[in-house]
Amino acid sequence: MAGGYRGYKYFEAIEKRAGLLGILTAIMVSLGGLAEITPIFMAAHEVKPALGVKPYDALRLAGKDIYVREGCYLCHSQMIRALRAETERYGPFSTAEESVYDRPHQWGSKRTGPDLARVGGKYSDEWQRQHLRDPRSVVPESNMPSYPWLAQALVDGDDIAARMRTLRFLGDPYSDADIAGAKAAVSGQTELDAVVAYLQGLGIANEPTNAKPQQAAP
Amino acid sequence: MPKTETYNDQVVRLFLLAAAVWGIIGMSVGVWIAAELAWPFWNFDVPFLTFSRLRPDHTFGVIFAFGGSALMGTCYYVVQRTGHTRLAFPRVANLTFWGWQLICVLAMLTMPLGITQSKEYAEPEWFIDILIAVVWVSFGFVFFATLARRRIRHIYVANWYYGAFIIAVGLLHIVNNLAVPVSLTKSYPIYSGVVDAMVQWWYGHNAVAFFLTAGFLGMMYYFVPRQAQQPLWSYRFSIVNFWALISIYMWAGSHHLMYTALPDWVQSVGMAFSLILLMPSWGSAANGLLTFNGSWHKLKTDPAAKFMVIALVFYAASTFEGSMMAIKTVNALSHYTDWTVAHVHSGSIGWVAMITIGSLYAMAPRALGRPAMHSNTAMEWHFWLHTTGVLLYVLAMWVAGVTEGLMWRATNPDGSLTHAFIDSLLAIKPLYAVRWLGGMFVLAGMVVMAWNLWHTAAHARAKLITPIPVPIPEPETAQVPAPLPAMG
Repeated sequence: MAGGYRGYKYFEAIEKRAGLLGILTAIMVSLGGLAEITPIFMAAHEVKPALGVKPYDALRLAGKDIYVREGCYLCHSQMIRALRAETERYGPFSTAEESVYDRPHQWGSKRTGPDLARVGGKYSDEWQRQHLRDPRSVVPESNMPSYPWLAQALVDGDDIAARMRTLRFLGDPYSDADIAGAKAAVSGQTELDAVVAYLQGLGIANEPTNAKPQQAAP
Repeated sequence: MPKTETYNDQVVRLFLLAAAVWGIIGMSVGVWIAAELAWPFWNFDVPFLTFSRLRPDHTFGVIFAFGGSALMGTCYYVVQRTGHTRLAFPRVANLTFWGWQLICVLAMLTMPLGITQSKEYAEPEWFIDILIAVVWVSFGFVFFATLARRRIRHIYVANWYYGAFIIAVGLLHIVNNLAVPVSLTKSYPIYSGVVDAMVQWWYGHNAVAFFLTAGFLGMMYYFVPRQAQQPLWSYRFSIVNFWALISIYMWAGSHHLMYTALPDWVQSVGMAFSLILLMPSWGSAANGLLTFNGSWHKLKTDPAAKFMVIALVFYAASTFEGSMMAIKTVNALSHYTDWTVAHVHSGSIGWVAMITIGSLYAMAPRALGRPAMHSNTAMEWHFWLHTTGVLLYVLAMWVAGVTEGLMWRATNPDGSLTHAFIDSLLAIKPLYAVRWLGGMFVLAGMVVMAWNLWHTAAHARAKLITPIPVPIPEPETAQVPAPLPAMG
């Protein structure tokens, strides 16, 4: 073991006391998170969302939550990095303001398919529908799964209103009228309609109006 | 003669069984979804069989169900042996077993139905998260209560790692999963956007650090010296590595968010700490490998030792790779590609699965009251199936990842992009088939292990084994805590 090493006696005090070892461990593992998360957390509470950035409307919120439910984030990122090849392929790099109403964030970690941060308007609604129902009918080489069940389910308006109330509780600025109108806004709409509305808004709706030309990320 | 105190191996055996079963389930799901990436018709247009719904079942199944069961089982085994004491609060220990299994079943059933938070490696919804928190605190309670009644003053190094694993995972789990429920099946996290991303990858990276590294290093520090029949190469070195590893790891999470909208200073801090992290990582790997000094001949005859040595080599390799991938310019190429997948799997099926399998082969005969595993030949088969599988998988995904990274950034002389996105998918599709094959090898090895364990457990099933008595050390003056009486 430690033999005659002089400094060892200080450590001996720790490793003979389970409680002290536990407390010191807890302190050491807390430092990194405190140092990195706290400033970002505080900054996020000070900064007001940029002009033009609004929370998702009822149909697009439904679409976003279906995107979450289906696990789209596992193959598609929504984060264009500040690298030339990325901005060339996908458009201007993503800023923090654009995902301020994403609970949780959908930045992703893997691109089995392309980034979707600015996919809105790149394809027609009809293309998006067909692609979600049967991807290989429009992109023969694709390995994306088919999602035919989206067209067969209707969005539940009461559920969306409940979701908007929870989001308002968390601080997202929905008005009473937004919530009261949610049921009518999604009435008769299928899950496929909702996802297409969500995708078609990505990078177009909720854009900071004062952010062009692009500034450096905050 | 007074009633003898015995080790509580009952709960250890239960976790051993659970680990073998979950290992096969989690890896089967992995092989299935790997097949879907190569041949997408494998989802049969069924929602719960679709890649995007099943992928969390694979990660949860192997990390938390298989890895978690193996960690909790070995933890209960090791804390008793190193403290010369019986497990404290056996009923709470049993509760942690059944509670953890309930959590795993609930998570594995709900996630394919689309009941998910969509936070990677933390997908289960809020009601499962609460169960996890309760069981985790109970697990910590049993562990620290057992430490408190130990008869050996020095807390052996394996227990520091198990302790750090319990404390940090509890902290990470609770902070990352703070959410407000809308209904039973849907909640929204209290964080959004960039804050959520930072919290998520602080969690995600340290789930790797404390679940998949610290916990398994605890396993390593007990079972490697045990199997090598050598003392730890350097005890003092293990002290330095422990404190360095647990404090540095927590800073490195932001390397998952390079060049994103995360503030630049956090990215740079994450990169710097990721590079420093290489030192305690290699230190731990070296300490484990050098412990085999004088026992290298065991590699000829002992498959458990082979698993451990290759696990440590993969640990060294994947931590080196991880630190390199955290360098911003390397990350610019590797991020979002299958290189990340290669890295994760050299860490998980190279390091984590192999140290687990080696430790289970070392522990199972003792916990099951047998002199050795049922079949040495089966262990040899497992070793070669697993090693072949890991190499096929990792090499295929590494080549795929670099290919994607290079194709995505390739430009023509006029500055326009050379390749459409779909070109990169076409280029790597054959490699997706090779990855599937590698997964099949690993899974086949797990089936062989389950068969071997089942036969080794024959005596335990027939209730022919007797509990192992706790060796009571000689009373020592000024022992803290005071030695317990021999009565359990």
